[in-house]
Amino acid sequence: MSQTTTERSGGAVKAAEPKKKVALSEGKKAERRLGWLLCAPAAIIMLAVTAWPIIYSVYLSLQRYDLKFPDRQEFVGLDNYATVLSSPYWWNAVWVTTVMTVVSVVIELVLGMALALIMHRTLVGRGIVRTSTLIPYGIVTVVAAFSWRYAWTPGTGYLAELMGGDPVLTEKIPALAVVILAEVWKTTPFMALLLMAGLALVPDDLLKAAALDGASGWQRFTKVILPLMKPAILVALLFRTLDAFRIFDNLFVLTGGSQGTSSVSMLTYNNLIKGLNLGIGSTMSVLIFIAVAIIAFVFIKLFGTAAPGSDDGGKR
Amino acid sequence: MAEIVLDKVTKKYPDGALAVQEVDIEIADGEFIILVGPSGCGKSTTLNMIAGLEDITTGELRIGGERVNERAPKDRDIAMVFQSYALYPHMTVRENMAFPLRLAKVDNATVEKKVNDAADILDLGQHLDRKPSNLSGGQRQRVAMGRAIVRSPKAFLMDEPLSNLDAKLRVQMRTSVSRLQKQLGTTMVYVTHDQTEAMTLGDRVVVMRGGAVQQIGAPQYLYDHPANLFVAGFIGSPSMNFVPAGLENGLLRSPLGDIQLTDRIRRLVEAADAPSEVIVGIRPEHFEDSSLVEEHQRGGGHTFTSNVDVLESMGSDKFAYFTLSGEQATSAELAELAADSGTAEASGGGGVSLVTRIDAASTAKEGEQAEIWFNADKVQLFDPQSGRNLTYTED
Repeated sequence: MSQTTTERSGGAVKAAEPKKKVALSEGKKAERRLGWLLCAPAAIIMLAVTAWPIIYSVYLSLQRYDLKFPDRQEFVGLDNYATVLSSPYWWNAVWVTTVMTVVSVVIELVLGMALALIMHRTLVGRGIVRTSTLIPYGIVTVVAAFSWRYAWTPGTGYLAELMGGDPVLTEKIPALAVVILAEVWKTTPFMALLLMAGLALVPDDLLKAAALDGASGWQRFTKVILPLMKPAILVALLFRTLDAFRIFDNLFVLTGGSQGTSSVSMLTYNNLIKGLNLGIGSTMSVLIFIAVAIIAFVFIKLFGTAAPGSDDGGKR
Repeated sequence: MAEIVLDKVTKKYPDGALAVQEVDIEIADGEFIILVGPSGCGKSTTLNMIAGLEDITTGELRIGGERVNERAPKDRDIAMVFQSYALYPHMTVRENMAFPLRLAKVDNATVEKKVNDAADILDLGQHLDRKPSNLSGGQRQRVAMGRAIVRSPKAFLMDEPLSNLDAKLRVQMRTSVSRLQKQLGTTMVYVTHDQTEAMTLGDRVVVMRGGAVQQIGAPQYLYDHPANLFVAGFIGSPSMNFVPAGLENGLLRSPLGDIQLTDRIRRLVEAADAPSEVIVGIRPEHFEDSSLVEEHQRGGGHTFTSNVDVLESMGSDKFAYFTLSGEQATSAELAELAADSGTAEASGGGGVSLVTRIDAASTAKEGEQAEIWFNADKVQLFDPQSGRNLTYTED
C-alpha cells in the first residue's frame, strides 16, 4: 500500500518536471506528503543504522585514535590510509581474500547450477531432494566450522586420518583450501536456491522449441537457459561475491588468521577489536566498503540487470 | 516433405490416465490436416507425440516411411509453432529465425539468404533486428512461423498458433497460414479447439474426443455426414439443433410436431436398426420462413408455428431463436459439448431451444408467432445411447 502510494507520487513529480513547475492540486500535494510520511520511518532507520556508522567510520579513519593511548587522538588526514596501503599484511589479506572469493564463488556457481538443475528436474521426491540439499545452509556457520576443524584435527578428525594425518590447518595453502571447502559446502545451497528461482522463469515451451530446432541438451542449456537466467545468475553471483569477500566466521574458527590466512575482515577485526586501534581499523573498514561498492558497480555495469529481451540488453 | 502415419498410437501416463487411445491417422505428403476437439481431448498430446516431446506408450509413428518412435525431436526433422510462439527473448528476430540453421551448422551465406527469403514471405523484413518483446502479437506469430519454415522441414506442427491473437487478426492470419501451406506444399498438422479454423483451413479434419478419434474427413463431409452426435454438435456454428423424438413406423413424434420421414431416411433408419427413442438433428440453415418457401417445395418438408424469442439480423440473413415445449435432448456427448462451450447452465431452462437461420426477407418479428418450414430430408437421427448417427451414409 505504502509502496504504491509513494511510487505514484514519485511518478507525478517526474511527469510534472518537464512542464516547469505546474502548480500541484491540493489532492496531489496531500498525496505527496503522505508518500514522504510513509517513507520516513524506513528512511530514518536506514540513516541511523547504516549511514551514520559509515560516516562515523570515515571520520575515525582520518584520526589517530588508539584506545591504548586515548590522549594522543588527533586528526592525521590520510596518514592511516598510507599506513594500511603500504602494509604487507594488508596486501596479503587482500590477496588471500580475493583468491578465496574467486575460487569459492566459481565452484559454488558450477555446483549450485548443477544442484538447481537437479532440484528443478526431479519428479519423484522433490521435497526430500530440496530439503536435504538445503541442510548445510540451515546449520549455523560457526557450528559447522567447528565440525570442520575437529574433522581436520590430526588424532581426532576422520578427514585428517583419511588424508594421512597431516595437520592441514597449519599450512597456508592447505588451510585456505579447507576454508574454501567449508565455504562451498555451506553456501552452495543458497546459490542453488537463487539459481532455481531463475530456472523456474525459463518457459518450458522455449526448451521444447529449442529441442525441435535441433538443439542438444547442452546447447539448450548454453543457448537458451543460461541467457534467460542471466539476471538470476547476476544476482546470485553478486550476493555471493560480496558475502565471500567479507568472509570471517569460517576463517576465525578454522585458522584464526594464522599462517598468513587472514582475510581483510579478519585483519580489520584484529586491529579494531583486539588491537583497539580505532583509526587503523576504521580505515580498513572503509577500504572494504569501497572494495565491495566497486564489486557491485562492476557487476551491474558489466552484465546489466534487466531481464533479457529489451533492445539495449538491460545495460545502464 | 513426407507422409506421417500414426498406427494405433496410444499415450498412457504413469498414473494410469489414458490421454490418447489407438489413434490411426494417415497423413499424406503435403496434406494440411487439422486435429480438433474440446480441451482435454488428446489433440495436443497427439501432436507432441508426433514432435517427440512426449513418448509413445504403444503403437508406431512413421514419418516418411521410417519408424521414429525412439528418435529425439531434433532428429525427426519437423518444425513446430507453439501457442505461446516460444520465441527466444534474448535473440533478435533474425537470430531467432536463424537459430535452427546455426545449430545445423549451415554456412553464413545460406543462413542469410534463407532468413531473408522467409522474412520476405512473411513480410518481416523491417523487423529483423528487433527483439521479440518489441513486436506485436501478430508479428511474433509470424516470426514463429518464419523460424519453422527456414529449414524446410519434413512437416510443420502447429499447436493452436492463432489462439493468442485477437479475433480480427486471427481471421487474417488464418488466410495467410492457408496460403503459406499451399505455397510451400509441406505436410502440416494443425491443432485447434476452434471448429471455424478446422472448417476453413484443412484438407481433412480429425475430430477427437476423450483421447479417441471420432471421425476423419474433409470439412464439408464432416459437416454433411457426421458419424455421431459429438461430431454433429461440434462442427458448425451456430451448432446443429438437437430435439428428442419418439420413432414409430417412420413417424417422428417430436416437439416440432409429428414428422413423416422421407423414404430415403426411412430406409437408412431401418437398416441401422434404430431404437424407439432418438435425437433429431437439424442444421439451422435447413429452416426457412414458410411464407418464403415455394409452394412446390413445401411438400418435402414440415411446418411448425412458435413464438420468436430473439431475432438477430445479420444483414445477409436472420437468426430466429425459439423455445419449444418439451424436454431437452440429453446424452453424454451433448453434455460434454455444452460443458466445453460453457452453455451447460445457460440452456438449463425448461424447453427445447432451437436456432434457425432464415432469409433476410422474412417478416418474422420478435415476440410474435412465426411459421417455420424445414426440409424433412435433411434431418439426421442419432441414437441417444451410443451417439451413433442412424442416418449416416458414406457418400
